[in-house]
Amino acid sequence: MDHQQESTTNNQTPVIEPGYTFGTVTDKISSIVLTRPTSSGWFVGFGVAFLLTMMMLYAIGYLFVKGVGIWGVTIPIGWGFAIINFVWWIGIGHAGTLISAILLLLRQSWRNSINRFAEAMTLFAVSAAGIFPLIHVGRPWLAYWLFPYPNSMGVWPQFRSPLIWDVFAVSTYATISLLFWFVGLVPDLATLRDRSTNRAAKIVYGMLALGWRGSARHWDRYETAYLLLAGLATPLVLSVHTVVSFDFAVGIVPGWHTTIFPPYFVAGAIYSGFAMVLMLAIPIRKLYGLEDFITELHLQNAAKVMLATGLIVGYGYIIEAFMGWYSGNRYDAFTLWNRLHGPYKWEYYALLICNIVIPQVLWIKKLRSSPIALFFVSLVVLVGMWLERFIIVVVSLHRDFLTSSWGMYYPTRWDWMTYIGTIGMFLAAMFLFVRILPMISIFEMRTLLPEAEVKE
Amino acid sequence: MMKTENENGKQHREEVCPGKKLSLDDAHARLADTKGPEFWRSLEELAGSPEWQEMMHREFPKGASEWLDSVSRRGFLKLMGASLAMAGMTACTKQPLEPIVPYVRQPEELIPGRPMFYATAFTMGGYAAPLLVESHMYRPTKVEGNDKHPASLGGTDIFAQASILEMYDPDRSQTIAYLGNVRTWGNFLEAIRGPLNAQKAVQGAGIRILTRTVSSPTLADQMRSLLKLYPQAKWHVYEPINRDNVLEGAKLAFGQPVETQYKLENADVIVSLDADFLSAGFPGNVRYIRDFAKRRDPDSGKMSRLYVVESTTSATGAKADHRLPMRATEIHSIARDLAARLGIGGAKAGDGDAEALLSANFSTCAALDLRSHAGSSVVIAGDHQPPVVHVLAHAVNQALGNVGKTVFYTDPVDSNPVNQTESLKDLVADMHAGKVDLLIVIDGNPAYDAPADLNFADALKNTNIPLRVHLGLYQDETAELCQWHINEAHYLEAWGDTRAYDGTVSIVQPLIAPLYSGKSAYELLATLAGPSETTGYEAVQSYWKKQHSGADFEMFWRKSLNDGWIEGTTFAPKQVSARTVGLPAIEPTPQNSIEINFRRDPSIHDGRFSNNGWLQELPKPMSKMTWDNPVLIGPGTVSFLGLKSEDLIHLDVDGKKVTVPLIGPTMTERLGLKSEDMIEIELNGKKVTAPVWVQAGHPDNSITVFLGYGRRRAGRVGTGTGFDFYPLRDSAEPWFTVGVSLRKTGETYKLATTQGYQTMDTPVGQRPLVRTANLEEYHKEPEFAREEEPPKELTLYQPYPYEKEPYAWGMAIDLNSCVGCNNCIVACQSENNIAVVGKEQVVIGRHMHWIRVDAYYQGDRDNPKAYFQPVPCMQCENAPCEVVCPVGATVHSSEGLNDMVYNRCVGTRYCSNNCPYKVRRFNFLLFQDWETPQLKMMRNPDVTVRSRGVMEKCTYCVQRISEHRIDSEREDRKIADGELQTACQQSCPANAIIFGNINDPNSRVSKLKSNPRNYSLLADLNTRPRTTYLAEIRNPNEELKT
Repeated sequence: MDHQQESTTNNQTPVIEPGYTFGTVTDKISSIVLTRPTSSGWFVGFGVAFLLTMMMLYAIGYLFVKGVGIWGVTIPIGWGFAIINFVWWIGIGHAGTLISAILLLLRQSWRNSINRFAEAMTLFAVSAAGIFPLIHVGRPWLAYWLFPYPNSMGVWPQFRSPLIWDVFAVSTYATISLLFWFVGLVPDLATLRDRSTNRAAKIVYGMLALGWRGSARHWDRYETAYLLLAGLATPLVLSVHTVVSFDFAVGIVPGWHTTIFPPYFVAGAIYSGFAMVLMLAIPIRKLYGLEDFITELHLQNAAKVMLATGLIVGYGYIIEAFMGWYSGNRYDAFTLWNRLHGPYKWEYYALLICNIVIPQVLWIKKLRSSPIALFFVSLVVLVGMWLERFIIVVVSLHRDFLTSSWGMYYPTRWDWMTYIGTIGMFLAAMFLFVRILPMISIFEMRTLLPEAEVKE
Repeated sequence: MMKTENENGKQHREEVCPGKKLSLDDAHARLADTKGPEFWRSLEELAGSPEWQEMMHREFPKGASEWLDSVSRRGFLKLMGASLAMAGMTACTKQPLEPIVPYVRQPEELIPGRPMFYATAFTMGGYAAPLLVESHMYRPTKVEGNDKHPASLGGTDIFAQASILEMYDPDRSQTIAYLGNVRTWGNFLEAIRGPLNAQKAVQGAGIRILTRTVSSPTLADQMRSLLKLYPQAKWHVYEPINRDNVLEGAKLAFGQPVETQYKLENADVIVSLDADFLSAGFPGNVRYIRDFAKRRDPDSGKMSRLYVVESTTSATGAKADHRLPMRATEIHSIARDLAARLGIGGAKAGDGDAEALLSANFSTCAALDLRSHAGSSVVIAGDHQPPVVHVLAHAVNQALGNVGKTVFYTDPVDSNPVNQTESLKDLVADMHAGKVDLLIVIDGNPAYDAPADLNFADALKNTNIPLRVHLGLYQDETAELCQWHINEAHYLEAWGDTRAYDGTVSIVQPLIAPLYSGKSAYELLATLAGPSETTGYEAVQSYWKKQHSGADFEMFWRKSLNDGWIEGTTFAPKQVSARTVGLPAIEPTPQNSIEINFRRDPSIHDGRFSNNGWLQELPKPMSKMTWDNPVLIGPGTVSFLGLKSEDLIHLDVDGKKVTVPLIGPTMTERLGLKSEDMIEIELNGKKVTAPVWVQAGHPDNSITVFLGYGRRRAGRVGTGTGFDFYPLRDSAEPWFTVGVSLRKTGETYKLATTQGYQTMDTPVGQRPLVRTANLEEYHKEPEFAREEEPPKELTLYQPYPYEKEPYAWGMAIDLNSCVGCNNCIVACQSENNIAVVGKEQVVIGRHMHWIRVDAYYQGDRDNPKAYFQPVPCMQCENAPCEVVCPVGATVHSSEGLNDMVYNRCVGTRYCSNNCPYKVRRFNFLLFQDWETPQLKMMRNPDVTVRSRGVMEKCTYCVQRISEHRIDSEREDRKIADGELQTACQQSCPANAIIFGNINDPNSRVSKLKSNPRNYSLLADLNTRPRTTYLAEIRNPNEELKT
């Protein structure tokens, strides 16, 4: 495992602050779950998030009673907040797998301190995303018709539809992410089992640990399985958002029908995913005193990934604009004009500022290593990426081919309640996660210690 | 049978427990000590006891008699408590034994599942729309035009189409009422007998009957016999949208009331002086549209030319080759000018009048054109223009020798041609003079729509007429002020007769027994005339028996019913001569005074249809407004000559040079108004506040308001929608007047228009949606509208060999013929059970029409060119909607239809997003009414009623295709061309929509598609639409470049 050596020696900022031993690392991380008292701040935070989740359930319940007409969707804007939020959450859900799988394969060992909660974040984000396609259909009780299941009607889904590709892409992604996360958790669950004094916790952790004893054979199998899963997950990082982008690229709507969407969507997804990782990591490391494990190096690396993907996204915007002009197509040209001058122009300008202008401060090392600045930039990027989906979904649809059928989209309070509710649900899940599972991979952190270095 | 069973049971029970009876008090006592669940158990036990059974059997417990005499509070409460508890018991009764009987003998001609068609006629303003009504198992479901009748030729108008909803309207008056309480017909007969007898003594001096325009020969005959019986009684006629000006004009010109008819198929040049003759509501419009459209074929070599001068915007103006927006008060000057140029004595060319000078060029060219087409031209004056304009039109037509060629004069269709405003005035005067003892209002709503200065509602309320009777479809504003209200039978429920614009009489056949035992006007009049009651059927038949001279009345009657009209009743042309000298002068109106125009609403007419959801939600032809009647206001000064506001212009008229300033800054700018702003309109001290809609092409310094809105008692749909302008309308100037002042209130009001953008221009270029050319350009380059279509192979998916199928359905829509009358929309709504969604949903953009008529404006907003484009589903061969549906709910048929499988739809709306034509409609909420029984009866049983969460759209009336396919296969033949029509096509008065088999090279649709004008909308998207358009050709006068 010489790559860990590299990463610690090649950087000035260490991946893990000095002075830790196997024992202290384990103590520090597991104590959050096992011994430290639950702070009142946790209860307040979880309470708020839980209430927001309930609000979401109420909004969805009312939606099921009345129909999607309670939202702002209309003709010609058949998709609104639901699809925007779906794409946004799925995008956010990209960071976890990217960090876990791709960085693992690329032997970027600094990932070890953030991969666990990034993966958890991914799972919760994908769950939040998964709600929307189900509830946004007119007859949600029949949404299962999108799955190919044997039925007496002898009818299959229509496989040419990108929405069916979505079903496969997202469900595969969710499954692999869950497996990857769980497999990675097994050694740590065993640690928790061994260390917990509470009998109930012992039993629960024990069952989840699947009989892990830490034998050499276990480790060997574990490493193989984990690598295999990483290999499986890696193409998914690229494929999921590619497929999601097909929802638009396959359509003929000006502003949708463009070949640049797959790479540009993937870059945008990683962009927002890293922003969310930072948004979560910065307060967590502060509140739980984990600055030694999630160091400035992590923040800086994440910021660099954001900067890079942000530039790719910016390139996407430029190409979209260029093609609008260069194609000579009157509809594409109008889509560009409409973004710049139409009724939603302020949203478009805000998008440019959030996604392109403000993140450029990350070129400055001082700001890149300032948690507060990073937190702010991440927030801006998340807003920007949401706006980007708003521009793609709503602004493209609201003025398409026939001028007679142009319309406007105004979200209703039910749209907002559902959207904010999923943020609540996501946060509630995160709160539970940091409370009951080790948010940093204990055994992988241990490999970063000098003790773990294998002497020749 | 049930009765016997009960009686047996009674006997049986009485035998079991003789003498043991239970009173309410006993029941109470037994229940007194029990609580909660125990109480219920006891109640059930008690209920099971023979005593209880016996008590229930007596129907009213003994205790019930208690509270009749002395109602102690305790007693009352006890009783109430017990009643509530026992209500639960009585609900659990066994279903009665009521045997039902199957068909033993099938009714004649009725095959379940197959509709039958009956000829009848719908009447509005006295003019009949001859119809064939589709009946499913004796329920009328759809109205079609009577294709054999000269006034229809298969077409209808929106009002006739929507009348089916009126009949089934659950808000219609369902009972006879006296002071709001339910009464029977017998009660009414009793109540009216005394007053009638009293009137006999005074020869009916106190009887006044107020009707709408009556063209029914039977009703007129009945009225005359009634007047014979009561010689002093009076028959008054009033409709707010009346033809007083036409009548006065005819009297002035000919000395007698005559009806003017036009034969537009003979007209090469048509000049309309504010006449909206292509819109529903204009007498004969259905036939006029057909004839007009026929002459607009650019390939025929004799395309007609239309000049329109108009005071507001209308569909007729939109179709004009030359349109001149002009204030209504000034149109008489252009009429005079035109007459003078054609050498009509007494008329002088406008001198010094700025508007007339502006229009000089227009009228010179129009006059030249008229003169060179003498005998094949026509001048039509609008109903609301003063009599003088009508006289001038008559004079011009006569001078040009058009009479007998394009213009015909006949007896009036109205059987009582009186000045209706004067008639109502007389009535109100009599009411105030206390001369009226018995007022019978038949089928009108004067309390709402009478001229404001007559204060009819107040007169009705305060003049103490002893007996006021109202016969009407609704318990409306007038019913409220009459003691007696009789619920009227709808025309689809009652016998009658009526006249079309050419005088042809149609017998009105009922399609269904009155839903609420309503009475028709015939029955009411027969009752008044006494002595015995006569049914409507008897009344109509006996009248025609008197008229029919031949031997075989039965044959005559059956033939008339079958055909839908009575042979030989068409009016013969009359020889009359128009007076051309000594025309009364009209005072010129002040230029700077703002004019107000009162017009019938294009959708709900005078307000009688305000409870009709189809018509309320029908976009008005020019503004696409629904559910409201904003004030129409022009965007600026008329710049007919390409001028700007405040420019000084130099005009050279007949060698005289004049310099005049244009009217000040544009009105909207001056008032700082934009659409949806609220304004307060003040006229003669009366004020109405209403929102504004800036209407391109509207003359400046003028506003148009549509009547018929702001009803107080219309029903659940119509009450409270829009704004009532009747309070501003005076009997002296019912159509337009000046002196109105406008004040911006600062508030805004949300209006529901279905087309927010009415231009094809975008900042990055124009979109080729409606393609147009001048006749000359068209002849030079006939294929101007065509564009290269992408090659057929340019798709990822294997193209289907449609040419090998027996049928490939396609549609061609001739934009040149379409006059934007909206009839297709209502016909489609009726045929396909399309829901009404309400104003709030239209504001968001969720209206459900499967076919819409887009209106586009082009050019100068003060006087733009306007185009209509009906847009149903294009049935694309490469349908973008189909590939994206995840569940295969929209799929292609082998005949090329883009079918919707409602049952399969989960509602992702992806198909709608991907539809470039945006013709798909989504049930965002439960828009259909699944509860109201009347509406269930109205629906077309061949079409699914869609539920919430399902996408829907036009399917070329696939139910009709299937029906004809089944028929033709049974007869072992192919569906013949023209045999199968879609609903929109069938009702189209202009024949603008042609549907058929494009695999048959001889079908009409194939021929139209090979016309050089044929083009596909958005062809470059390679959707390969089956619906294509024929480009619009205008035929402007080279001399008159607008």
